[in-house]
Amino acid sequence: MDLTSALHLALPELILAVSVLGILVYGALRGDKAAGSVAALCGAALIAAAFAAAFNGHGKVFNGSFIADGVANFAKTFIYIASALVVVLARGYFERQNNNRFEFPILVTLSAIGMSMMVSAGDLIALYIGLELNSLAAYVMAAFRRDDAKGSEAGLKYFVLGSLSSGLLLYGISLVYGFAGSMNFDAIAASAQANMQVGLIFGLVFVIAGLAFKVSAAPFHMWTPDVYEGAPTPVVALFAGAPKFAALVLLARVLNDAFAGLHDQWAQVLLAIATLSFLIGGLGGLMQKDFKRLLAYSSIANMGYAMLALAAGTDKGVMALLLFSVLYMVDTLGLFSAQIALSRKGIAVSKIDDLSGLSKVDMKLTIAITVLALSVLGMPPFSGFWGKFFVFGAALEAGYWGFAVAGLVASVIAAFYYLRIIKVMWFDGDKGELDKAPFEAKWIAYAAAAFAFPIAAFALSGLYPLAETAVKSFGLN
Amino acid sequence: MSPVIPNLLSLITFLPLVGALAILGVKWVSRKDDASVIERNAKWIALWTTLATLALTVILLAGFDRTTTDYQFVEKVQWFSFLSYHMGVDGISVLFVALTALLMPLCILASWDSVKTRLVEYMIAFLVLETLVIGVFTALDLFLFYVFFEGGLVPMFLIIGIWGGKDRIYAAYKFFLYTLLGSVLMLAAMLYMVSVAGTSDIPTLSTYGFSQAAQPWLWFAFFASFAVKMPMWPVHTWLPDAHVQAPTAGSVMLAGILLKLGGYGFIRFNLPMFPHASELFTPFVLTLSVIAIVVTSLIAFRQTDIKKLIAYSSVAHMGFVTMGIFAGNQAGVQGAVYQMISHGFISGALFLCVGVVYDRWHTREIAFYGGLTKLMPHFAFVFLLFTMANVGLPGTSGFVGEILTMTGLYQASTWAALVAATGVILSAMYALTLFKRVMYGEVTNEQLKGHPDLSLREKIIFAPLIAGTLLLGIYPAFVFDFTTASVDAVVATYRAIIGG
Repeated sequence: MDLTSALHLALPELILAVSVLGILVYGALRGDKAAGSVAALCGAALIAAAFAAAFNGHGKVFNGSFIADGVANFAKTFIYIASALVVVLARGYFERQNNNRFEFPILVTLSAIGMSMMVSAGDLIALYIGLELNSLAAYVMAAFRRDDAKGSEAGLKYFVLGSLSSGLLLYGISLVYGFAGSMNFDAIAASAQANMQVGLIFGLVFVIAGLAFKVSAAPFHMWTPDVYEGAPTPVVALFAGAPKFAALVLLARVLNDAFAGLHDQWAQVLLAIATLSFLIGGLGGLMQKDFKRLLAYSSIANMGYAMLALAAGTDKGVMALLLFSVLYMVDTLGLFSAQIALSRKGIAVSKIDDLSGLSKVDMKLTIAITVLALSVLGMPPFSGFWGKFFVFGAALEAGYWGFAVAGLVASVIAAFYYLRIIKVMWFDGDKGELDKAPFEAKWIAYAAAAFAFPIAAFALSGLYPLAETAVKSFGLN
Repeated sequence: MSPVIPNLLSLITFLPLVGALAILGVKWVSRKDDASVIERNAKWIALWTTLATLALTVILLAGFDRTTTDYQFVEKVQWFSFLSYHMGVDGISVLFVALTALLMPLCILASWDSVKTRLVEYMIAFLVLETLVIGVFTALDLFLFYVFFEGGLVPMFLIIGIWGGKDRIYAAYKFFLYTLLGSVLMLAAMLYMVSVAGTSDIPTLSTYGFSQAAQPWLWFAFFASFAVKMPMWPVHTWLPDAHVQAPTAGSVMLAGILLKLGGYGFIRFNLPMFPHASELFTPFVLTLSVIAIVVTSLIAFRQTDIKKLIAYSSVAHMGFVTMGIFAGNQAGVQGAVYQMISHGFISGALFLCVGVVYDRWHTREIAFYGGLTKLMPHFAFVFLLFTMANVGLPGTSGFVGEILTMTGLYQASTWAALVAATGVILSAMYALTLFKRVMYGEVTNEQLKGHPDLSLREKIIFAPLIAGTLLLGIYPAFVFDFTTASVDAVVATYRAIIGG
């Protein structure tokens, strides 16, 4: 394929990369007073890239290291949109905190480029570069509240543990390269088929471990609660959705492209990770008092469900993964936006008990949070139910009925803590007036709730075929 | 079948939801400072919505063809490749829709003055609940059914948790988590069934014939969910807690309608879809039912709280329903359906009776009361009538259901029938004792004096229930006309498959 068409397929990334460099120069010249226009420009670039990704073609370019296919385009579209919303959220948030730096939207955009490199990676080098580009931006974002002890702790913890996982990943990659003799996914698959070696499985396990860390699946989840609690909320709203989605798609690609022949081996690893995740996520959340920590455990559990879909190793599984991730991303974005919208006398409402009696103070936000919590819980008719529905459908079809039942039971355990949020808001006495909810956070929460129900019920009839066609280009049976 | 109104079922199902949205809309456009106007609007909108739903249901009943076993008023739209919006009623479900539509306006009226806090949300929760419950009875797609079935948990959780009594939060959690645990197993079974059969269409699945190896597992998963809803002994423990803490109308909803979801599920799913497993598990179900009848009757006898007593009596009566269904013969299933409809009237009315005294004296302790006959003669008549109906006095609807399920059971298992028959005596024991202690004797408690007898509103609430109980007791054919064809079809298919 010639260079022009190759560049054409990488158009979303090119739009972002070129504009982010330009915006960076502009921001550096103008300083922090340009923060508003920088945010607007980054948002515009992300939306433009989302359109480019939505209408992008299919192909494998740059010697097979960059793949633009249905799944990649599908994932990118939603990742860009989520990132753009985070830029909007963060703008108001940091302004209210007098921490209004122009770098933040640029970091979000950079991490979005990293994520889209991840979903398009066709060899191990592209995989690693995409992952690191995303992670390095994320480390800085996590520590963005520099003068806050918890914020710095979160950043440091994320950085140290993230580096460790990158080390694991690199070690795995070098093993795979050593035994397969190539970085390219297709070449690895061919080599594995020709000559199966134990070293390859070793490498595979390390790669899975490294990626499991990024999506905060147990037993590599330890960083999640602390980082969620300490990092600025808009940053967490980003972390909880888009990068995990990207890492899951990446994992799907590595496993199904490069290691398709080793399904029996990696399915076991994934099933173990999945089971641990939804058990730890379910049980660990029971005693949490902090809203964001609770959502951290919720995300651990939900990553378990995603892993379960992935373990199926079928096109149904990948499809379930795509739909589940998108629906989950909307829910978490909404929940974190709602949390940003809530503050009392300038102090953010961070404890679950601080939500006490919210239904008497702010009915609309209460309904939004209730809908979103029920959706994450997996209650029909909300969107989260359909996500889990696809996941368990795929797992059962692959014959993992024991794991599916375990997952369903774990979701009942987890239901307890989502119910506690609802209970506190509806049943308990109120704790006084809230500050006026910031416009953008409030409306993103409303929109996410409206998406959970009823929009998703209708949108799914469009999303479902979209995911179906996306997966067709994935080359599974 | 001539559809008088197009999409009648969807209209009946979603009209309450529209009413709920209307209340919300009216609240948001009206002036914030005038809470009483908003509340009055909410009450009237809720009442008119439920009455309109009832009127539409009457049209539904009138247009229903009682001679065919086919689903009627069918609507089908393919939603996704795995889910179709498929609605329809047969002779069994149409009566449950009617029961729901009838009880709802009464629930709204019963809460007219007694709910003091957050009335707007209360009305919305009830209307949403009505949509979900009617949806359960009309859904003909497996997943559509599940959506309605599960969705009902949320409004009920809020109703118990917000407007309940002292231990309402514990009760709300217990209700929610118990039923959710049952339901997720059912979800797993549904996913399996669809992956095997390739369709989620309930009529198709009813005749699909799942492998004999898979049937026990699937049966059990469905059973787990419906048994909790029913509720059957020993998973009934959420019910007394939920009832005691729920507001009066919440109890009426719970006992009158939500308990029927389990029985309806058994008839719609377990019996036709997994006949071999149903036969296999019949002794198991009969044992549980018999234990339920005897044990919960005895527990009811020991209660000091009026509402708890009636709640336990509900569990015992539901024991007759499960027995009747799994007797697997015409009399049994017919009786079970009849018993459920009749129990909807009777238990609803009994909880309303408790509401009457609770609204006046704010206690449900039996010991607090005594001699109310002298103070409230009209109320005494109503309470006595429903106590007798609960016991199963001939001439009331309670009798027909009990005698039929017992007949059916006798054909299936003499021993079970023998033990269950003691339940009839036990029910007389606790119900009459309750009546004696609350209503008869001298007025020993001075606090009891100075409250009026039934108000006009309360009389209006009881009137249709009294009429229904007596009508069904004297002329049971009113129900059988509707159910016979459908029940016969279910039983005949079941019998043919298990070869009995």
